[in-house]
Amino acid sequence: MSAPAIEPSALAHPEPGEPVIKRRSWKAPIALGVIAVASLVIFGLLSPSGSQTTFVFARSTDFFTLPTLTVSSRGAAIVLSVLALLLAAYSAALAANYRKPGIWLPVVYGMAIIGSLLTWAGAGRDNTSIQFTGLLTSSLFLAVPLVFGALAGTICERSGIVNIAIEGQLLAGAFLAALVGSMAGNAYVGLIAAPIAGAAVGAILAVFATRYWVDQIVVGVVLNLLVLGLTGFFFNSIMKTNPELNQALSIPTIDIPLLSKIPVIGPVLFQQNLLVYILYIVVIVLQIMLFKSRWGLRVRAVGEHPKAADTVGIKVNRTRVRNTILGGAVAGLGGAFFTVASGLAFGNNMSAGKGYIALAAMILGRWSPRGALAAALLFGFADALRVQLGIIGSDIPSEFLAMTPYLATLFAVAGLVGHSRAPAAENIPYKK
Amino acid sequence: MSEQVVTQPGGESPAPDEDRRDWAGTWRQITESSGLVVAMAIFAALVIAGLLVILVDPDVQEAAGYFFSRPGDTFAAAWEAVSSVYGAIFQGAVLNFDSSTFAGTIKPFTQTLTMATPLIFAGLGLGIGFRAGMFNIGAQGQLLIGATVGAYIGFAWHLPFPLHLALAVLGTAVGGALWGFIPGILKAKTGAHEVIVTIMLNYVALNLVAYLLTLEAFLPPGQTNPKSPIVDESAQYPLLLGSQFNLHWGFILALLCAWGVWWLMERSTLGFEFRAAGANARAARTAGMNVTKTTILVMVVAGALAGLAGSAPVLGTEKALTDQTAGSLGFDAITVALLGRSRPLGTVFAAILFGGLQAAGPTLQTVAGLRPDIVYVIQALVVLFIAAPPLVRTMFRLPVPAHEKEVAA
Repeated sequence: MSAPAIEPSALAHPEPGEPVIKRRSWKAPIALGVIAVASLVIFGLLSPSGSQTTFVFARSTDFFTLPTLTVSSRGAAIVLSVLALLLAAYSAALAANYRKPGIWLPVVYGMAIIGSLLTWAGAGRDNTSIQFTGLLTSSLFLAVPLVFGALAGTICERSGIVNIAIEGQLLAGAFLAALVGSMAGNAYVGLIAAPIAGAAVGAILAVFATRYWVDQIVVGVVLNLLVLGLTGFFFNSIMKTNPELNQALSIPTIDIPLLSKIPVIGPVLFQQNLLVYILYIVVIVLQIMLFKSRWGLRVRAVGEHPKAADTVGIKVNRTRVRNTILGGAVAGLGGAFFTVASGLAFGNNMSAGKGYIALAAMILGRWSPRGALAAALLFGFADALRVQLGIIGSDIPSEFLAMTPYLATLFAVAGLVGHSRAPAAENIPYKK
Repeated sequence: MSEQVVTQPGGESPAPDEDRRDWAGTWRQITESSGLVVAMAIFAALVIAGLLVILVDPDVQEAAGYFFSRPGDTFAAAWEAVSSVYGAIFQGAVLNFDSSTFAGTIKPFTQTLTMATPLIFAGLGLGIGFRAGMFNIGAQGQLLIGATVGAYIGFAWHLPFPLHLALAVLGTAVGGALWGFIPGILKAKTGAHEVIVTIMLNYVALNLVAYLLTLEAFLPPGQTNPKSPIVDESAQYPLLLGSQFNLHWGFILALLCAWGVWWLMERSTLGFEFRAAGANARAARTAGMNVTKTTILVMVVAGALAGLAGSAPVLGTEKALTDQTAGSLGFDAITVALLGRSRPLGTVFAAILFGGLQAAGPTLQTVAGLRPDIVYVIQALVVLFIAAPPLVRTMFRLPVPAHEKEVAA
């Protein structure tokens, strides 16, 4: 750290040869502390005393009925905010000793802050209550396209191809799922068709990136425009004149026996449709494959140091092409969410920017399937919260809630929530 | 194209026949020029879009049903479909011969220039970013914030004509510059990737403007519709060709900006530093340039130009701020900058081309019965082909230049 003109990114990642200088990182404790104080003041101290908040957990299908929880709004918000403040203090104490807290701390902290936000939002509304289970169910459901999209991004970027075209892949998947499903008269057939559309978009990206060495971000942006134009064109020409080609089909909800009857967890995790169950499998399989298998090691080698990978006999461009097509297929499958999994017919620009949020989830999740899932769930929760607060009528403008995923990503990439580092060979064509 | 590079046929033995060699050299210059690649890319995009039109045309489908008995019918129907689409584009974007008056005949072209105005501004800004090695996807957000500031000055302040307009235009530039400053400083100080930051800021801007348009300060009294009051006449761009046409002085300002950007990038020290930082940031730093400062400045200038693009709708055509003000201008401008190879003159021509395609939208709908989505397809295909010159060369069997130039951006 002696050279005066060191690249900012180099500061964060010392070269292997350099001595590692331990530094106290105060960013996280300070951020946690500021938010906790804000929560204490706004949700706790400033809210009127005497009002109550009701939480509903139970569903009629549960084994046994959980009681509704009614708390004093102000008291509960203060208790939860103080808990968050204590966690921030603990993280500061750790930072003073050059240590970092485990993953449990931000999780518990987040729950405390969200709990205090919810008690504040539901305060003093006698006829409405916070539907806690419903909130979580819709969080998971709204996160589905984001998880698939973020996984697609992870698969591609780990091999060194930037996939900005997630948006287009989602939209193509949604379109073909509706079209093929309607032609076959079976929503499940649409579910099979969706990944094919995504893979096709991925294949174009792969060809332009590996064969013509075009800047991958440029191709991605243009592919999004192309898919938007093509789907819009076919929607307005073929689908408008032949409504039987664009029906509102729906894959049914499947209750997993026994598991679906557990209170809270059952309705949230095990009363979903097939696409959500596929999601669980894909996340688990990819997490293991990417970090524990030979395939995963090779993919990551190609993404980090293609020349070294080539030297030991890994086909760099072949790996990249395969991964980009596979990633496209995964995103395409996620696109089925918009049509057959939601029970809707195709509509113009259905994905509405979800692909870009998925990209953000991928970065926030640090290019791992597990992280992508967590980040996407966070975004899904923000979205579900926006809907729920809209129903009970909150004082927070919904636009600000809609902004949270983007702001969270901004903070993440700016290094406030730990460093996120992209695969090294990303967006660099491999030329022998 | 401003940068038709003449490749040097170095190292070749001189041909004995003086005349023949000149012919060969000229032919090589034409076939290897990027201008021809651009023309062929546009041609290929139009052909593919034409095939799509034929594919979905009901008359063609009907005629194809008895293709083997009377194949001529299919081709006639296909020709009919394609010619009606491209006829509509010409009629909507260039000249309308159906009109009886001269003004009516040339109105489509002035409409094209009007539509091109914001694309020129934003495309110039993005081009500067590309040449400085920054992939700025944030024109959409910068444009929106610029439009918001400009519109607010336009309807909330009440000043005499030239001053009011000047301040409102300045406001759009300042708003955009502010929104460009954020990714600039984040990139310079923390290394945050500008693509991600600008995408996120687009959505933040969109939600911010949606929120502002629920406030009383941004709405006409008693209204809840998300549309601001009309800006004062003293803050509107005067019309360039009289009240028959929508073309306003914003177009002239855009051309001036194009000249200004050319001067900045090609003639000034700052522009040299921008290009140096884009070509090789390490080398620029070694040469003593302040790359941190350059990064921030590039984004500020790019943001200011994108913000100025916001002046075209709020001070020129729509004259009010809505949550739809930005439309897809920011993303269209990316394709404009790519097609224009990030050069000012190229950007102006690309903006006029894509502005024309957009101006043709309503005519496409009424004459050919097609929604303007086909325009997006053409636009995307053009840029896709332009970005991959080897693909175009393979398609049209053009020779590969002796010295393969790196594609800008």
